[in-house]
Amino acid sequence: MINIIKRYKWFFLLLIANVIIGIIFPKIGKVSFQITKSNFLQILSVVPPIFVLLGLLDVWIDRSTMIKFVGKGSGLKGALIALLLGSVAAGPLYAAFPISMVMLKKRTSIFNVFIFIGAWSTTKIPMETFEIASLGYKFALTRLALSLIGIFIIAFILDKAINEDEKQKLYEKANLSI
Amino acid sequence: MFTIILYIVAGICLIISSLKDHLKTKKALKKAFKSFENILPQFLTIVVIIGMILSVLDESTISKYIGANTGILGIVISIIIGSITLIPGFVAFPLAAALLNNGAGPAQIAAFVSSLMMVGIVTIPMEINLFGKKAAIIRNTSAVIFSLVVAFVMGVLL
Repeated sequence: MINIIKRYKWFFLLLIANVIIGIIFPKIGKVSFQITKSNFLQILSVVPPIFVLLGLLDVWIDRSTMIKFVGKGSGLKGALIALLLGSVAAGPLYAAFPISMVMLKKRTSIFNVFIFIGAWSTTKIPMETFEIASLGYKFALTRLALSLIGIFIIAFILDKAINEDEKQKLYEKANLSI
Repeated sequence: MFTIILYIVAGICLIISSLKDHLKTKKALKKAFKSFENILPQFLTIVVIIGMILSVLDESTISKYIGANTGILGIVISIIIGSITLIPGFVAFPLAAALLNNGAGPAQIAAFVSSLMMVGIVTIPMEINLFGKKAAIIRNTSAVIFSLVVAFVMGVLL
């Protein structure tokens, strides 16, 4: 119970603040509650299938097998699998960092590792569906197309900017970790 | 319309999954619920914040700072906010949608969303730790530049 209160403390505090504002400025408070309610209901109506997809992706996608196919010399196919690997992910960007260490350990090219990081940060499928639902097809898909280009460009820049020596160090470091 | 398709797709996937492996499907649903419950506190908080912001700020105020005609300044403001904040997409998209429907420009919102996802000032120490200073700085800088490009292109297209 205390745990629940702790986790939801900001929500409760803001709700109380909102009630107080409503008492002092009834007009603003009423509008605020109306917006909150309609937003809440609207979001709640699209969220369930997105999370179901997220859960299904998580249990059915075998990450360890996919990592095997993104190794050095895997070419365009490896890059596409790295892109897919990042896209079927769930979780914040910093959760991708430990996985990229595993990839480095398997001698995945730096280029592919950064494709994976880029995909994880922007083209995750559950997130993309949510973006379409909230911001519309046109906005979400235009951004997705641009992001795909951006991910490859950024990975290319990083691959060129890091010299062989530094790459070797990264691989050694990955070997020591985990 | 999109929501209905989403429910149908998720429903079909769920049926196929449970026909193939009942236990795995159960695990998936547990994971789905856990992920949702994980995000719920932040999610509820942002919904209340959106309500409060929109009840105080009207369209003209929002568009004054990040409206379509604020140009590069509005884009830069959006990128700065997106780069320093660490909010998950599930929380950010409703906020972005609320702002977009209330006076913010598409280019500015695109800049906010892109930088939010690709740039991580708060997590940079972690990134440096793993990939080294050079890689972390180059990645984040390119991501900032990229967010600017996305904003310009979307400003022209949308």
